[in-house]
Amino acid sequence: MKLNTLTLTNALALLKKKEISLEELYRDIEKAIEEKNNELNIYLTVDKEAMKKARQAQELPLGGLPIAVKDNFLTIGLPTTASSNVLDGFMPPYESTVTKRLKESGGVVIGKTNMDAWAHGSSTETSDFGPTKNPRNLKHLPGGSSGGSAAAVAADMCIAAIGSETAGSIRQPAAWCGVVGLKPTYGRVSRAGVVAMGSSLDCPGPIGKTVEDCAVLLHVIAGKDEYDGTTSSQTAPRYQKNLKDGVKGMRIGLCYTDHPKLVGTPVDVAMREAGKVFERLGAKVELVKLSKSVKPNTILTPDYAIGLYTIVQRGEVSSNLARYDGIRYGEDRSHFGEEAKRRIALGTFILSKGYADKYYVHAQKVRSLYIQNFKELFETYDVLVSSPSPGFALPIGASAGDPMFGELQDMLVEPSSLAGLPGISIPCFRDPETNLYLGLNIMANHWQEEKMFAVAYTFEQNIRWDP
Amino acid sequence: MKTKKFTPKDVAKIAKLARIPVTLQEEKQLADGFNATMNVVDQLFKVDVGNVEPTSHVTGSMNVFREDDVDVTRTFTQEQALLNAKRTHNGFFVVDHLLEE
Repeated sequence: MKLNTLTLTNALALLKKKEISLEELYRDIEKAIEEKNNELNIYLTVDKEAMKKARQAQELPLGGLPIAVKDNFLTIGLPTTASSNVLDGFMPPYESTVTKRLKESGGVVIGKTNMDAWAHGSSTETSDFGPTKNPRNLKHLPGGSSGGSAAAVAADMCIAAIGSETAGSIRQPAAWCGVVGLKPTYGRVSRAGVVAMGSSLDCPGPIGKTVEDCAVLLHVIAGKDEYDGTTSSQTAPRYQKNLKDGVKGMRIGLCYTDHPKLVGTPVDVAMREAGKVFERLGAKVELVKLSKSVKPNTILTPDYAIGLYTIVQRGEVSSNLARYDGIRYGEDRSHFGEEAKRRIALGTFILSKGYADKYYVHAQKVRSLYIQNFKELFETYDVLVSSPSPGFALPIGASAGDPMFGELQDMLVEPSSLAGLPGISIPCFRDPETNLYLGLNIMANHWQEEKMFAVAYTFEQNIRWDP
Repeated sequence: MKTKKFTPKDVAKIAKLARIPVTLQEEKQLADGFNATMNVVDQLFKVDVGNVEPTSHVTGSMNVFREDDVDVTRTFTQEQALLNAKRTHNGFFVVDHLLEE
């Protein structure tokens, strides 16, 4: 058996029972990286000292396991570029809270993964260091912006990974690569030491082979951090504890399958099938009808969220990326790529004198409507489920020259992300002809990750895969 | 409400505000991209927001304070601070001059 294919939970159990050794595990991981990284372009940096660090971490809860980390998390000793030429060769002088916690729990950063430059995109094609390929089908994109991290998990080039999301950047690549990805509640995981993008949206989160692996990792990275004032003071629960709670008696709202863009598509079919699985297991599943305004027991159309997300994200991007002046670190502003220039410039316009009220403030009012809509829906439903993406992974080259590629690909998660809600994407369908996957996105109310895990775990244990 | 069409000249002005150097060709490309994007964004003005308050924080947390103390464990040494700078002089950052003589 190749040990790089192990899940985090199984690897830990086998290490503990001494049935496998760290050396054997790292040998298989490093071999997979050596064989596949040139072709897939997943890792921008690999830590050659990883095995040595793992040996020192064996007694800790994560036992020295190799974790892939998106290249927008600051890591001392490993370059951090956010896949942009502006930060090419940048050596962080401090550590992000997420990787600090990972290391303190015995995780080892095996390498830094490719992403859309500055996390601007949903394809990994805006990376200044070339696109990543989808390990399930090399002619296709892995999605993004955490495309490298999701692909590293799918290609068994790590045991699990860390990504970050503003709207879709964990869940969409997880869906496209056929793995599990979780975006926590805004403020559940610290943003300190993550290259900032949209500060009112940014959320670090785990990507793994199973729901349980994500539960283990979320517990490690979640919690109050004095370096990020938006983190919640509520203690992060042991998410593994409630995995087996089941869905019996739960009310589950099925969302967006009646959207004109989805009706009759493979996503529509897969979502309805998922609904049947939940019903068979004792949940009450209802379609939440789409609406153009906030009305009881309907869900506000994601159509408005596209423009809303664009305004909020571009505005916050222009402000966050103003710090790159090439004086203290990095290259000067002429090194920004096409997509970053487009976003910074449009954000500057949106926030400029005379326009900020018209665009940004109006957008934040529409955002309040989405928040109100979800608040009311969670009075009726335990969780809401949808697809994280309108379809399968698209072919390489699909994002070229489209200034709204990401916004349209992520339209189904933009409303809940703008409302700060948590969501987990798990594989729910595989096309045997293309070997490409569809995901199922399970969303819960703020701080209700435990409920979300129980639903995701139940589905994962009860879905039948074709041989 | 409809956003007026961007011209390459509008883009040049915005790019200057954003301190992004752009070529003439980029001005045109960016203008086209902005027009496509704002076409989608303008859909937002169809939404009647009535007297809804704008969102300030999604989970409603407010006024998070800390003591105004220096955390010495988090202070960079001069060496660390200059580690990634392209141009330094006698332990300082070198910046372009701002004032004419």
